[in-house]
Amino acid sequence: MRRAGGEPVALWHAERDLRGADAVILPGGFSYGDYLRCGAIARFSPVMNELAAAVKAGLPVLGICNGFQILCEAHLLPGALTRNAALHFVSRDVRLRIENDGTPWTRAYAAGQEITVPLKSGEGAYVADAGTLEALESAGQVVIRYLDNPNGSALGIAGVRNEAGNVVGLMPHPEYATSELTGPGTDGLGFFSSIVSVLVGA
Amino acid sequence: MTAADTVTRAGATPDQPQPYVELGLTGPEYQRIRQVLGRRPTDAELALYSVMWSEHCSYKSSKVHLRQFAEKAPPSDALLAGIGANAGVVDIGAGYAVTFKIESHNHPSYVEPHQGAATGVGGIVRDILAMGARPVAVMDSLRFGPAGAGDTQRVLSGVVSGISFYGNCLGLPNIGGELAFDACYAGNPLVNALCVGVMRHGDLKLAAADGPGNKVILLGSRTGPDGIGGASVLASATFGGDGGHSAKRPSVQVGDPFLEKLLIECCLELYHDGLVAGIQDLGAAGVACATTELAAAGTGGMRVRLDAVPLRDPSLGPPEILMSESQERMMAVVEPDKVPALSAVCAKWGVQATVIGEVTGTGRLEMTWHGETVVDIPPGSAADEGPVYSRPLARPGWQDRLAADDPAALPRPSGASGLRAALLALLGSPGLADKTWVTEQYDRYVRGDTVLAMPEDGGLLRVDEETGLGVALATDGNGRYALLDPYAGAQLALCEAYRNVAVTGARPLAVTNCMNFGSPEDPAVMWQFAEAVRGLADGCAVLGVPVTGGNVSFYNQTGEDAIQPTPVIGVLGVHADVRRRLSIGFTDDGARIVLLGRTGPEFGGSAWAHVVHAHIGGQPPRVDFDAERALAGVLADAAAAGVAGAAHDLSDGGLAVALAESCLRGGRGCRVRLPGDAFTFLFSESAARAIVAVRPGAEAEFAGICAAHAVPAETIGTVGGHLLEVEDSFTITLAELAGVHGGALPAIFG
Repeated sequence: MRRAGGEPVALWHAERDLRGADAVILPGGFSYGDYLRCGAIARFSPVMNELAAAVKAGLPVLGICNGFQILCEAHLLPGALTRNAALHFVSRDVRLRIENDGTPWTRAYAAGQEITVPLKSGEGAYVADAGTLEALESAGQVVIRYLDNPNGSALGIAGVRNEAGNVVGLMPHPEYATSELTGPGTDGLGFFSSIVSVLVGA
Repeated sequence: MTAADTVTRAGATPDQPQPYVELGLTGPEYQRIRQVLGRRPTDAELALYSVMWSEHCSYKSSKVHLRQFAEKAPPSDALLAGIGANAGVVDIGAGYAVTFKIESHNHPSYVEPHQGAATGVGGIVRDILAMGARPVAVMDSLRFGPAGAGDTQRVLSGVVSGISFYGNCLGLPNIGGELAFDACYAGNPLVNALCVGVMRHGDLKLAAADGPGNKVILLGSRTGPDGIGGASVLASATFGGDGGHSAKRPSVQVGDPFLEKLLIECCLELYHDGLVAGIQDLGAAGVACATTELAAAGTGGMRVRLDAVPLRDPSLGPPEILMSESQERMMAVVEPDKVPALSAVCAKWGVQATVIGEVTGTGRLEMTWHGETVVDIPPGSAADEGPVYSRPLARPGWQDRLAADDPAALPRPSGASGLRAALLALLGSPGLADKTWVTEQYDRYVRGDTVLAMPEDGGLLRVDEETGLGVALATDGNGRYALLDPYAGAQLALCEAYRNVAVTGARPLAVTNCMNFGSPEDPAVMWQFAEAVRGLADGCAVLGVPVTGGNVSFYNQTGEDAIQPTPVIGVLGVHADVRRRLSIGFTDDGARIVLLGRTGPEFGGSAWAHVVHAHIGGQPPRVDFDAERALAGVLADAAAAGVAGAAHDLSDGGLAVALAESCLRGGRGCRVRLPGDAFTFLFSESAARAIVAVRPGAEAEFAGICAAHAVPAETIGTVGGHLLEVEDSFTITLAELAGVHGGALPAIFG
C-alpha cells in the first residue's frame, strides 16, 4: 500500500475497530493454522463483525489468499476454496488475465490485460455450484482468471467480486509482485494503485 | 498414578535396580551418576541424566574432535556468539547481526516423514528465536535412497510436505538447500534444516538463569507424552538392528506451526519490551535440557515445581515431564516485577505462560513434585560435565582399494553423440534434475525480502531496504567425495558452499555444519568423522571463515551398513548491495561466457562416474583454498562493478550441467568452443571454478578484475539463441533440455 501511495494501518483480529480505514485488505497467511478449513475460524474474529457491516455500507475490501478464503467463509464472497488438484502446496509465478477492470481494486488495469503474479497456496482451487458459476460469469463477477489453471479452479477462476463490486478476493499474491528485486516484476502494483486512485478521486 | 520416586526414597533404597540400560546409559555412566550424587538417582534424575548424557545432547563421542573448530578458528571480528550458544551470531555491519544454524532431524524423518521433517524445521527456528533474533528464512538439505524406490516415495513426499506445511505456515521463505539420492540413504534419509535470523546488535539474548529470585517461566505448548526418550533412545541407538527393544521404538513429536508462529511473535514482543533476562528453547530433552543448561550457565541454582508444568496428559510423572519433547515451548527467566507485563503480552498472543520455578543461589537444581523433592543435582554435572569418549578410530581397510579404483579406466563417451547423451543422462538423473517438484511446495516469497532462491546457487535475502545490505546462504555436501577422502570431502563441501555464496556477489563470512555419519562405535566411521572434522577445521582456518556452531548426527546406519560420511556445510555471506546480485541465468544476448579457474581430468566421485557407470572410486577433486579465495574475490568485484550478468558455480556434472542450467534459467541458449579435450572440459568436477556471463562492452574491465586476482579466465562462448551448442561437437535445443531436466522428478513422484 505504501508503494502505491497509501497509508497502511494494522487492524487487530480481536478488536471491533476498523480504525477509520478507507479500505481494508485481508492479507494471506495461515489463520489459526487453517487446521479445519482455511479461514473457517478466522471468519469468527471480532473484527469480522465490523467488516461485514462496513461492506454493506460500501467499504472496499480486498482478500488475498487466506484473506480470500476468509471472505468466502464469511459469505462476503460467493464460492469456496478447496485443496489444489495436485493435493499439495503450489508456489509458482502464474499468468493471469484481468477479466473485469471495473472494480475499485482493478481499475488500474485494462480488461484482457495479462499479468504475472506469484501464487502460493495449498487450498486454492475455486469451487461453486453450477448455477453460481453461471451467474458469476454472466454478471461479470469473475475478476481474474488463470491462463494456465495451476490448481484445478472451476472455470480457471483466480479471483471474484461480490454483486455490489466493492469486495474482491483472489488466490494469487499481487503484493509479492511489486518489485523487480524481490518478485517476478511489478504487475501486482495495480491492485494497490487502483484503490488509492479511487479513494483520492483521481 | 504411582507415587514419585523421591530423593529421600532413593537414599533409603540404594540397591533398587534401575533401567539405566534401557535408557541408553552404560554401566560406568550409571556408576558416575551415583558418584556425583552420592546415592542412587531417583527415576526423575535418571531420566534427566540419560537424556543429557545422550550422544545427541552431550556430544560425548564427538566433543574431543569438535574442539578443533574453536582451537583452529581464524581470527574474526564478526563473531558475536559462537560455538556453545544456541546458534552462532555474526556481525554483518550497520548495527545488524545475523544468527544461523543447521541441524539434523534424520531419524524422526524416516519413522514419520511428515512430522519428523516439520518438527525439524520448528526446532531450528526456536534455536534462532532463542538468540533474540527474528527468524527470516529456512533452507533444507535432503538426502534419500534411490529415487525410484517405493520407500523413497513415502519418505520424500512426507518430508517435503512436512517442511512445506511447517515453514509455509510460519511465514518463513524457503530459499534453497539440496536434494540428493543414493542407495546408502535408503534406510537413513538425511533431513538437515537451516534457519537464519536477523537482529540488531543489542538484541542478543543469553541462555542463562541469572539472579536469585528471578522467575522461571514456561511459554507455549502444554507438555504431552510425545517424543519421550527421543533424545536418548532415538538419537543414540540404531533402531531395528538390535533385536527391537520396545523401549527403543521412538515416538516422533507432532508439530503445531500456528502455535510456533504465535510463540515467535510473542517472544519478539517480550524481547522488545525488555521483559526477559534469559531464554532457552525446548528441543531435544525438553524441560530437562532447558533447566539444567539455564541453571548451569547462570547463577547456578534453580528450584522447579514439576507439578506446575501444564500437561496435555495428566498421567505424566516427573521422568516423562522431564524427557518430553513436546514442541513449541520456550523457557524464560524473568524478574519478578516484570511477570505481570509478561503475562499480558502472552495473553495478547494466546501463548500460555506458567511460572514453574525460580533462580536460586544454592548451586543445586532442585525439582519438587507435589512438595516432595525428586531432583537435587549440581546442574553442571548434567549440562557440561557429561562423559567424554575418545572412541577408537581406524582407517578402514577398503579405503586404499577404493582409492586405487581410478575412474580413468572407465570408458568415456566418444564423439559428439556420446557427449550429448552423457549430458542428457546427467540432466535427467534425479540428483541433477530440475527440483521444481520439490521447491514448488515451498513459499520462497513470503516476508518480501527474498532476492534469490532455488534454483540459484545460493539464497539471498535483503536485510536493509535502504542500503541493500543482505545475506547470502548456501548448504552443500557430497557423500561420494567424503567416502573417497573424508578430510578432502569436508573441505570440498566447504569450498562449494563458499563458492555458492560468492557467485551471488556476497562475501563469505561464517560457517555452520551438520555432520551426518554412521555409528561412532564403529572405528571406521569414527575415523571418517575425525577426518571430516579435521578437514573442515583446517579449511575454515585457511579460508578465514569461522565455524559458529552446528550439529552431529551419528547412528545413520542400518545394521553394519553406514551411510556415506556426509558433512553438510552451510556458509553465510554478506552482500553489500543485493540490487547487484548475480543470478545463474543467462539473460543478456551477446554476453561473453568466461570460464574461471583451472580444469583438470578429475572424475573421482563425479556425477558422470556415478550416473553413467554407477562407479565410485579414485580421488575426489583437488582442494585449492587460494584459488577459491581468489575466485570469490573476482565474483564480489564483478558484482560490485556491475560487469557480470550471470555467474554459476561448477560442481556436480561440471561445465556441461552448469551451462545447461544457466541456459534454462535465463531462457537463452549459448554457443561455446572448448579449450581442450571436450569430455574433460564438459564433465570434470575440478573445484574453484565458475562461469560468468560478462555484460556486453564490459569484457576488458572483467578481464582486469580476473588479472588482479590472478584467476585464470578463458572466454569460451557467447549467450544467445535457443540451442546449447558445443562447437565441433553437438547441439541440444532448450526445449529438449527442459524436457529432460524438468520431466525427471515429476515422472517419478507424480
